[in-house]
Amino acid sequence: MATLADPIKESFRPSMLLNDTRYRSLTFQFIALVAIIATMAFIGGNLVRNLAEAGLNISYDFLGAQAGYDINQRPIPYESTDTHGRAAIVGLLNTLIVAILGCITATVIGVVAGVLRLSPNWLVRKIMAIYVEMFRNVPVLIWILIIFSIMISATPAPRDFRGEDPTASMMLFDSVAVTNRGVFMPKPLLGDGSMLVIGIFIASIIGIFFFRRYARKQLFDHGRLIPTLWPSVGLFFIPAILAQIVLGGPITLEYPELKGFNFQGGTTIRGSLIALWFALAIYTGAFIAENVRAGILAISKGQTEAAAALGLRPGRIMNLVVLPQALRVIIPPLISQYLNITKNSSLAIAVGYMDLTGTLGGITLLQTGRAIEAVLLLMLFYLTISLLISFFMNIYNNAMKLKER
Amino acid sequence: MSDTHAQSVAFVRETELPPAPPPVTETGAIKWVRENLFSGWFNTLLTVVAFYFVARILFFVFPWFFNGVWDAASIRECRDVLGGATGACFAVLVDRWDHLLFGFKYPPDGYWRIVVAFILLLGAAAPALFSKLPRRLLLFTALYPFVAYWLIWGGSLWLPMTILGIIIATGLVFRAVSSQIPVNMRQMVAAAIGMICGVGLSYLLFIGAKELVFIANSIGTASLGTSFAYGVFWLLAIFTFVFFIPMGMFVGYAIYNSYEDGGLVSVVTALLFIYAALVYLLAPIASGLNAVIPIELQAVASRDLGGFMLNMILGTVCVSLSLPLGIVLALGRQSNMPLIKGVCVVFIEFIRGVPLITLLFVANVMLAYFMPPESNFDLILRVIIMITMFSAAYIAEVIRGGLAALPKGQYEAADSLGLDYARSMRLIILPQALKISIPGIVNVAVGLFKDTTLVSIISMFDLVGMIRGPIQNSTEWISVYWEVYGFGAMLFFIVCYSISQYSQWLERQLQTDHR
Repeated sequence: MATLADPIKESFRPSMLLNDTRYRSLTFQFIALVAIIATMAFIGGNLVRNLAEAGLNISYDFLGAQAGYDINQRPIPYESTDTHGRAAIVGLLNTLIVAILGCITATVIGVVAGVLRLSPNWLVRKIMAIYVEMFRNVPVLIWILIIFSIMISATPAPRDFRGEDPTASMMLFDSVAVTNRGVFMPKPLLGDGSMLVIGIFIASIIGIFFFRRYARKQLFDHGRLIPTLWPSVGLFFIPAILAQIVLGGPITLEYPELKGFNFQGGTTIRGSLIALWFALAIYTGAFIAENVRAGILAISKGQTEAAAALGLRPGRIMNLVVLPQALRVIIPPLISQYLNITKNSSLAIAVGYMDLTGTLGGITLLQTGRAIEAVLLLMLFYLTISLLISFFMNIYNNAMKLKER
Repeated sequence: MSDTHAQSVAFVRETELPPAPPPVTETGAIKWVRENLFSGWFNTLLTVVAFYFVARILFFVFPWFFNGVWDAASIRECRDVLGGATGACFAVLVDRWDHLLFGFKYPPDGYWRIVVAFILLLGAAAPALFSKLPRRLLLFTALYPFVAYWLIWGGSLWLPMTILGIIIATGLVFRAVSSQIPVNMRQMVAAAIGMICGVGLSYLLFIGAKELVFIANSIGTASLGTSFAYGVFWLLAIFTFVFFIPMGMFVGYAIYNSYEDGGLVSVVTALLFIYAALVYLLAPIASGLNAVIPIELQAVASRDLGGFMLNMILGTVCVSLSLPLGIVLALGRQSNMPLIKGVCVVFIEFIRGVPLITLLFVANVMLAYFMPPESNFDLILRVIIMITMFSAAYIAEVIRGGLAALPKGQYEAADSLGLDYARSMRLIILPQALKISIPGIVNVAVGLFKDTTLVSIISMFDLVGMIRGPIQNSTEWISVYWEVYGFGAMLFFIVCYSISQYSQWLERQLQTDHR
């Protein structure tokens, strides 16, 4: 009877560090560690020497110094006498604004274009294919510049609105003016009691949410179909409007008016913001369209046929059967497209939109000469935004994922 | 048979009817139009709307394009010729053609060099792209970087040729010799090389430790934060100092120890030899050859490169460099060594989390601080380094997807064949993983090529930089937008669209599953 002997105990030999897979990984990691330390020493030593030579030190004090430059699009109050730190925050908010606007618009464009690329209509299919190929294969920077030139050259100047016989006129009951300096729109002024109106508005949105949940529960539990569309619409508008009327109109609108060579009052959306927003949305929309198309094609034809056999109309098949399943395929690439929009929004610097790159990485860097600190902060900001977006989208993705048991 | 009913039935058809043609609405163009354009009220509406839009665009674009003025000296002259009609001013393209393609500082009598380099690029890329071509042509692909460098940057032909010669000669010699040397001789060589490497590495580590102490001392202990950094750097310095001699000795010993199979020793020796030859022999040989047979082109500085050429150079160089780097990063991220995995993960996630433009800022304003004070890096080289790192991180993620998509059985099969890590990767895993990753890699490559336009923001004069700088700021061509941007968009479209078509073709070629 054969007995299983213990393997011979090998004593450790130095050559095992290289030839034995059990120890070799230790060797490699040790070499890697040394290489990292050596690189750090090299870079750090050079940095210290170069800074000493230039008479600089690493300090973030410049964030507290007066900025001394204007920002034309500011979501929070900002004057040129404010600090560089506040300018950076204005830039950050501007980045977030264009990123969020871009993500929403790109999603809408992408889903529509992606669905239309699979349309039975030959003409529409071809147009969408041309759109997707045209935008995917040309740099986004060129698109931003092209759309910015359209904004400048195809819209009237503010002075065209003046005089007895103006060549341009304001839209929507004289409230919105589209000019080559930007779009001027009415600004809501919050008077006394306006908080109440806003509160009622928010409460009615929450109400809609609960109403729909109740309707769905009724449908699932008792098979009772409660109409939700018109009650929701009513709930959305009527309480807030009633409150506005009852309280005597606490929220008023400040209309933009032509004074001198430009419009005054109201809010302004700069042409650069619009150009950047549209360019990013249309460009990324082309990529999202491809993702949507791939997602829809990934759903087996049996699903469509089963839905058709149940007697659903094509629109309902898409909304109730295909898209919810395709969403699982679409969401992961969609996350990276959102990240791309956020990162591409840094191209704002090309059209003079003062985002984070324009303020912190642009004028602040040039004025203070604090290149290392500014660029490091800039990277830190973008890294944080990117990680936050992917964190939240991953939570959403996990919630949508097929729960397998 | 028909006779039987002849009396009872008035009429019996005796022959088969010829098949009737299908209704007009069910054949040819009409059927196609009905099915594809007007199959329902919604589709009809869509068709009408789409047709309206296409017509609007065409009615706008056609007169603009066909009224185009191709011969004028300035935008004002263009407008005079047009006389108020809509029309493009393509004269700007004619006038500034060279600037758009080659930048405004490249010597005009050297344009042919760029054209030749571009044509050779097509020739060099072909054997790498189409596997049906004879494999021997890959030699030309390997030769191409040296030729292209000489053509674009000029200078003496002998400089790149000597580098190439040193590398090839060393490789050939070592390949021929290493198997001939008897074992005891090989042992001696290995001992010598081990000594050199060990002492060299120890010395490097010693310098590193000194450097760390220097950093720690210059940070000082002024505040809590700096004290912490001070402590960290001192700890690192002590660590390095304690380990520097054993480490060097160990590596030396490891090299010595592997004399039996000879591979590592030859490679290390060859690398040392190439390094020494490049440092000590390159300049004398190159200048000597140049003195004997002078083949020289006018030297061009890197900052004089511009136009679409710059985009092409950056795109080609960065794509070809980032592919191997991306493979290494992807393998590193898959590795089960925590330190190497950690480094790769941090690198990839960091790069993917920041926009390319911030990395270009690093190249522009920060990288100089990280280099020794006297070193003088070209801006274009710094930019190439940063773009390569950027796209390598993305390629690494694509390849990681390919590696993860392979069934575990493939890894186990490679192990059970007794292949070591390098062989199992090279022969089994990577060929399959790369095949899966092709579409993703091509997407990254196309994206990278488009992103080369971003260098215009750090004031390099690539195609977009040329348009936004010298062309639109000139008095002749101020406020020319459509023609130049349209031209730029068209160039990029041609290149990117052909690349993506190629990738689709390649995918079909590599399809080995049965459908």
